[in-house]
Amino acid sequence: MTTTDQPDRPDLAVTADSGGSQQDADVVLSVENLSVGFPTDDGLVKAVRGVSYQVRRGEALGIVGESGSGKSVTSLAVMGLLPQTAKITGSAKVVGKEMIGLTDDELSKIRGKRVAMIFQDPLTSLNPVHNVGKQLGEAVQAHNDVSDGQALKRAIELLDLVGIPFPEQRVHAYPHELSGGMRQRVVIAIAMANNPDVMIADEPTTALDVTVQAQVLGALETARRETGAALVLITHDLGVIAGQVERVNVMYAGKLVESGTVDEIYYSPRMPYTLGLLGSLPRLDAARDTRLTPILGTPPSLLNLPPGCPFAPRCPMAEQLCRDEEPELLPVAGGQHAAACHFSSRLEGAEAGDLFKPTTVDAEALAELEEQR
Amino acid sequence: MTTMSVAPASEGQQVAGPVLWARNLVKHFPVRSKGIVKRRIGEVHAVCDVSLDLNAHETLGLVGESGCGKSTTARLLLNLIPVTSGAVHYQNRNLSSLSHTQMRPIRRDLQIVFQDPFASLDPRMTVFEIIAEPLRIHGLFGGGGRQKVRDLLQIVGLNPEHGNRYPHEFSGGQRQRIGVARALALRPKVMVLDEPVSALDVSIQAGVINLLEELQEELGLSYLFVSHDLSVVRHVADRVAVMYLGRIVEIASVEELFTAAAHPYTQSLISAIPLPDPHKERSRERIVLIGDVPSPINPPSGCRFRTRCPKFASDLSEVEQRRCVEEIPALIDRGQGHESACHYAEARELIPVATLTPPSGLNP
Repeated sequence: MTTTDQPDRPDLAVTADSGGSQQDADVVLSVENLSVGFPTDDGLVKAVRGVSYQVRRGEALGIVGESGSGKSVTSLAVMGLLPQTAKITGSAKVVGKEMIGLTDDELSKIRGKRVAMIFQDPLTSLNPVHNVGKQLGEAVQAHNDVSDGQALKRAIELLDLVGIPFPEQRVHAYPHELSGGMRQRVVIAIAMANNPDVMIADEPTTALDVTVQAQVLGALETARRETGAALVLITHDLGVIAGQVERVNVMYAGKLVESGTVDEIYYSPRMPYTLGLLGSLPRLDAARDTRLTPILGTPPSLLNLPPGCPFAPRCPMAEQLCRDEEPELLPVAGGQHAAACHFSSRLEGAEAGDLFKPTTVDAEALAELEEQR
Repeated sequence: MTTMSVAPASEGQQVAGPVLWARNLVKHFPVRSKGIVKRRIGEVHAVCDVSLDLNAHETLGLVGESGCGKSTTARLLLNLIPVTSGAVHYQNRNLSSLSHTQMRPIRRDLQIVFQDPFASLDPRMTVFEIIAEPLRIHGLFGGGGRQKVRDLLQIVGLNPEHGNRYPHEFSGGQRQRIGVARALALRPKVMVLDEPVSALDVSIQAGVINLLEELQEELGLSYLFVSHDLSVVRHVADRVAVMYLGRIVEIASVEELFTAAAHPYTQSLISAIPLPDPHKERSRERIVLIGDVPSPINPPSGCRFRTRCPKFASDLSEVEQRRCVEEIPALIDRGQGHESACHYAEARELIPVATLTPPSGLNP
C-alpha cells in the first residue's frame, strides 16, 4: 500500500489529511506537493502551486473554489488527462500507485477501475454514436472478462441503481435521446461500473436545473454506497458541498487556502477568502434584508503572481507581512483544521460582515481612479 | 392595485395601477420538418396563457427551470418577439398593436440586461461606444452625451477612464456592469434582467446584486428579474411568479412563497435548493421529483405538472387524479392568501426560517 512521506518537520506545513501514518493503509488518493504549469506565449501559467491532500477509503472530500482556483486542473493531473505540454511536478498516488509520469497504456489500466471521473458536461462525456448500454458495457468489459450478454445485464442493473426508470428499455437509448439529468446519471453509472476506489466528480451538477440536480446528487450518493468508493467533489456551489461531503478543501489561485471538516469550514472559517465567500451568498435561511458582502476585485493572474499571499489585494485585513510572505497552510486551534493566513487567529468568532462591507462598487476601478487624481 | 408611482427619473408622470401588464400571453414556436419542403409538423408551446402585472418600483421575480418559458415571457413583455396571441400593455398602450416606428420611443422606457456578459457586448466596439449606442440611436447623444456615458460608467462602479477599452479586457462581473450601464443609458422605467448574475462567480454575484438593488432605490426602477436561482430571487424580489412548462403555477409575495408555498412544484423547487449550512442541509425535508420535464411540443393535458407531481403519485384518489388529467387548474387563491394553480393546493413550510443563523462565523 502507500507510504505517505511525512515532512521532515511535522510542526510546519500540514498536508490536509485527517489522520496519522497509522491509517496509511486506508488512503486511496494521496496528492503530495502537486504543481502544474502551462507554458504559454506570455510565460508559465502556474495553475496549481504545491497542493497536498489525502482521501481515505469511503470518505467524501469537497474541493471548493471559483474560476481560476486550480481545482479542476488538480484532478485532471491525478487522472493523467492534462495535455502533453503541461509541466507537472509532485506526486499523485491512487491506491499507492503513482499516476504522474505513467504512459497512457498504464493509465488506462487504472482509470475506470481504480479511479473514475465524472465531468460537468455529459454530452461530451458520452459517445453520441453508441447507445447507452454499449457504453456501459464497454466500461465493464474493459476491466472484466465477461460476455456481451453479461455486460448488458450489468448495464441494466447499473441504470436501475442510479434511478433511471424503465432501464431495460433505456439501455438501448442514445445519449441525445436522454435529458441532461439522465445523461449525467448514465455517466455516474459508468463511473461506478467497476467499483472504483475513488470517484472524482468535477462540477457534476452545475449545468443542471435544481430539481434535476437533486436527482443526480441522489444517484451519486447511491453510487458511493454501492461501491464504497471515496468521493472527491469539485464545485463552486457551497450549498451542494454542505450536503454531500465530510471534509472541505478551499482553493484559491492554485493553492489550498483552508481545509477542515465541513462544520469547521462553514461555522468557523479562519481564512478571509472563505469567510468572504460564505458572506457573499444570498441564502434561503437568512433574513431577507441581510446585506450581501461581496469580495471586491478579481482573482490574480496566474502568470505574474505577486509575492506574498495571492488574496492580499482583495483582503480587508491584509498587512505588509501578507504582501511580502505567502502564508503556509498551518493548523489553527489544534486538530486538522488548517488555514493559510498569517492572521487566522483574528477570525475566531468572526462573521463576514465584520470584515467585508456590503458595497456595490468595483473597488479596483475606483482605486485606480483615485490614483489618477 | 392603485399604486401612485412617481419615479425620480421620470417627467413627473403618475400612473395608477401596474406599469407593465400582460394578459393571456401565448407564444408558440413552429417545429418544421427537415428536408427541402419544410412543413410545420408541430409547435413548441413555450408560453401558454400567462398574465402578469409589474407594479412601479417593485421587483417581480420570474422563476422556473430550463424550458419553462420565463425568458420567452420576458421578451414578449418587451415586445422583442411578437405574441401568438394575448396582449402586453405599457402605460395603457397595447404594445402588441404598435408598429416598429411607434414602438421605438417606448423602447426607451423598457430595457433589458442579458445573461451572458460575454455574448451580449459587441467585441468590436469600445465600452464607451457600447454605452453610447442607445443614446445615438435615439438622438440623445448630442449635447453632453460624452459626459452621460462617463457618469453611467461611474454609477455602475467602473472607472470612466476605461471607456476606450474593449469588452475582452474586463472580467465577467465588470462586463455585466457594462450591460447594466447600457440598459440605464436611456433612463428606463422598467428593466428586464434575464439571469443577470448566473454566469458570474459567486463572490462577484453579490456585488452586482447589491448594485441592482441600489440602482432601483435611487432611480425608481421596476424590475422583472428572471432567474432559476431561488436564493438570489428571494433576496431581490418583492413578488415571485413560478413558471412550469409555459404556465404560471404560483404567484405570491416573496415572504409567502418561501414560508407557505402551496403548489407541489414550488415546494419541490424550494426543497431542492441546497443550503450552505451543513446541519440544516442534512436534516431538511426533501421532495425529489420523479422523471423529467415533458416535452413542450406535447405537454400533458390538464395540469402539466401531473406527470412528475409527488402529490398526484401518492396522495390523491383516482377520482381526484382524473381532475388533474382533465381540468387545467386555474391560477386562483385557494385559501392560502395568494394564487396557485393546483386543484389540491396546500401550504407547506420547507426551510427552517425560524432559526436565523447569520451567514457564517457562529458555532451552532
